[in-house]
Amino acid sequence: MTTLAGSQLLYKGPDWDFDLIRRVHDACGEIGIGEMGLDPYPNQIEVITVEQMLDAYASTGMPLFYRHWSFGKEFARNEALYRKGYQGLAYEIVINSNPCLVYIMEENSATMQTLVIAHAGYGHSHFFKNNYVFKQWTDADGILDYLEFARNFIAKCEDRYGQEEVERMLDAAHALQSHGVHRFPRKRMADLRSEQKREEERRLHGEQLFNDLWRTVPVGKRKRNKDEDERRKALLGLPEENLLYFLEKTAPRLAPWQREILRVVRLINQYFYPQRQTKVMNEGCATYVHHRIMNRLHEKGQIDDGAFLEFIHSHTSVVMQPGFDDRRYGGINPYALGFAMCCDIERVCNEPTDEDREWMPDIAGSGDAYGALRDIWANYRDESFVSQYMSPRVIRDFGLFRIVDDEEQEEMNVAAIHDERGYRKIRRALSKHYDIAYRDPDIQIVDVDLAGDRKLILTHRVMDGIVLEEKDAEKVLQHVADLWGYDVKLVEQDDSGNVRAEHSASPRRPFM
Amino acid sequence: MHIIDRRLNPGGKSFANRQRFLRRARAQVRKAVREASSSRSIKDAGKGGEISIPTGGVHEPHLHRSREGGVRDYVLPGNKKYIEGDTIPRPEQGGGQGSQASDSGEGEDEFRFALSDEEYLDLYLEDLELPDLAKRQVAGAKAVLWRQAGYSVSGPPSRISVPRTLRHSMSRRIALKRPKADEINALRAEIEKLEREGGHFDELQTLRTQLEQYLARSKRIPYIDPVDVRYRRLESNPKPIARAVMFCLMDVSGSMNEHMKDLAKRFYSLLYLFLNRRYEHVDVVFIRHTHEAQEVDEQTFFYSRETGGTVVSTALFKMAEIVRDRYPVDQWNIYAAQASDGDNTSSDNAVVLAQLKDVILPICQYYAYVEVGMDDEDDHPGAGEPSTNLWRAYRRVAVDAPFAMRKVRHRRDIYPVFRELFARRPEGVAAEGG
Repeated sequence: MTTLAGSQLLYKGPDWDFDLIRRVHDACGEIGIGEMGLDPYPNQIEVITVEQMLDAYASTGMPLFYRHWSFGKEFARNEALYRKGYQGLAYEIVINSNPCLVYIMEENSATMQTLVIAHAGYGHSHFFKNNYVFKQWTDADGILDYLEFARNFIAKCEDRYGQEEVERMLDAAHALQSHGVHRFPRKRMADLRSEQKREEERRLHGEQLFNDLWRTVPVGKRKRNKDEDERRKALLGLPEENLLYFLEKTAPRLAPWQREILRVVRLINQYFYPQRQTKVMNEGCATYVHHRIMNRLHEKGQIDDGAFLEFIHSHTSVVMQPGFDDRRYGGINPYALGFAMCCDIERVCNEPTDEDREWMPDIAGSGDAYGALRDIWANYRDESFVSQYMSPRVIRDFGLFRIVDDEEQEEMNVAAIHDERGYRKIRRALSKHYDIAYRDPDIQIVDVDLAGDRKLILTHRVMDGIVLEEKDAEKVLQHVADLWGYDVKLVEQDDSGNVRAEHSASPRRPFM
Repeated sequence: MHIIDRRLNPGGKSFANRQRFLRRARAQVRKAVREASSSRSIKDAGKGGEISIPTGGVHEPHLHRSREGGVRDYVLPGNKKYIEGDTIPRPEQGGGQGSQASDSGEGEDEFRFALSDEEYLDLYLEDLELPDLAKRQVAGAKAVLWRQAGYSVSGPPSRISVPRTLRHSMSRRIALKRPKADEINALRAEIEKLEREGGHFDELQTLRTQLEQYLARSKRIPYIDPVDVRYRRLESNPKPIARAVMFCLMDVSGSMNEHMKDLAKRFYSLLYLFLNRRYEHVDVVFIRHTHEAQEVDEQTFFYSRETGGTVVSTALFKMAEIVRDRYPVDQWNIYAAQASDGDNTSSDNAVVLAQLKDVILPICQYYAYVEVGMDDEDDHPGAGEPSTNLWRAYRRVAVDAPFAMRKVRHRRDIYPVFRELFARRPEGVAAEGG
């Protein structure tokens, strides 16, 4: 392939080989790291076939995963869609690990491989390594080892306790997985030494303040009951919103291996939690990066016009946003929104208008677009990103408008459009859409009747008058009851204390 | 940066998950398969294909908000004409707005996916078997049973018997007085001790020589010698297998119209598929008859056309003849399936009956008669007996004989009837006559 010497072109035509991938990777690196200042993980590029891509789809993109029928279902669904041509396959899958795994398909043309390497190997990889949510919640070095452990552990359980039992356990754990993440870093349990030290300090303090007089002060009647309640709750760590965590640690009748399975599901889910919070930013970052890199490659004469046109074609279809009344409309396209916002930030940095100076005084006209973007990619997630950096310009370009659909009104109401009065409202509303804490129902375990029949009590904080989907809620509650081993009750309550609905379940086939 | 080519990795990573999924949805998938197959053409009877099952059984519940009620808030792109304060009528369904488009399969009634040929057939032919497959024979060299039979001095490395080998090695080591590792170590320690304490030179010298001898000896006498190695030996035993032959008798006379022939052929193609797949050692003999019977090959049986009068007994005679020539009754399990529209030359009925009762049934393990009829006939299964020549004649066959008869009028009946005829039943219970 050195026949291209003389010209600077990296390749010609659609064919690719491993040598070319290497050259492309290095050329992208020159731009990505050299010019844009990205800081990605080292990449490991793996070439796979269509079938392997479908396999990867089925196990949420991970190269290895434990076995469960739901992944088989996912596989069957994707395969059917793909075969009938309803759904194309992604050009790549990228795994947040160190080194960053980038899967590329053998069918891709040379241009597509270049695009994919720029997109995943530099865009996503940079984002994974630098964004604070990922830093806080995921361990990129350890994830593959953990998945390996999980797979082996679950296979071993299947051998020992039977496929059916393990499957039942996984079903129950999967049903609760959306409520199996820690949203905040937890207080660490104090270890013995620091506990001792604190005790010492407390005693010293008590000694210093000792005054025998206090003993003579009459004490009122103690509110015995309330104390008891609080003590119990504190002991159990209630209220607790991480249902899986609570059941893993507290459910009275589970066997150790069952607790471990809950833990496996919980930890894997925790690993994916940041991805759910940063869909727009992650894709925006990757799309912006590949757009930049491809443009620069073209400017430097490293890819020819044909390749560039092929890139433009695929890029535009990725960032297309159909309107709400379009048949193709399926929600706001995170690629489109993310890319538009990143480009807009670049514009604000380089050629701000008066409006931009007013809306984003920090970065307007700073001239360092890459610096500003890197900072944003590192320190925000979708919710905060939208609420900070969505400019009126983007709202206008997208023609965003907000609709309020109140059950009690005859018709839906247009609450805000892209005008002076609407910008902030739309921005706030959209930001709320990307707030996972708002999107997922707020469900907590609030109490256990330890003295009585050990009934577990959960509450759902009803917002905007929307209760839980009943059938699903009851099925999930059944799983909770089986895990807990005793009765459970779920109360749906709104902020003013009205009970909107109540579900309860008794264990049918408790795990033990 | 590394590039790894994974394309050659073994595929089928999702296989185990897929099997689990199919097992989970087994009942529904089976039902769907049976429904799907009634409308297929003969050639496709055994092909895989797309089926859809209700989502109920494979639904994965999770806690989420209801799609109805309450105050909802959407942000949508592509505003062209609305201004603040406008009202818009609600779209028909709650899910009309894309922002809440289904992402979890929620709201779908059907789950569609494709089954491979293999999976399809497995489900399709599940629980079917030839009744009373009793006569087992040692036949051919194909079926062998491997049995553990002692040890041998040669064999593949995978079959090395470690305990045996070590036992031999130990006895040899003891017999040849190979110094043990402990002894050598003790000697070494002693020498070291003497060296450190400056012991007697002679004593040290003796010990050193002894150590040298020990080392030399243990070098000469290996820990494991090729003569020690033993392999677990396998012996092959011929395994008795059940040999079976299936006679397919089909009426192709003029009275059979296209519809009936189609039904009969469907029945046989199902039978053929079933036998081919389930039994390795089943011969199939195709006999078609008009006023005379012919043994034909599969291709001719299914695809060629023939016409003429109807004399059913010819087929039975032909069958008896073939059995006499090629399938000794004491070695073969003999089955027969007959399809006809029930027409017969009236003078032939008595002959048929006699032949069946006296010759065929005594040698048969099982005899199934399928009568094909027209779609539009008003009597339907259960409502009344068909009253064709042959049906009436066969009615007289003793109930306790291994004989079953069914009527088929429509494509969709074929599979159920086939299942009834070949369903797996508890030991010893014969199919009752229709």
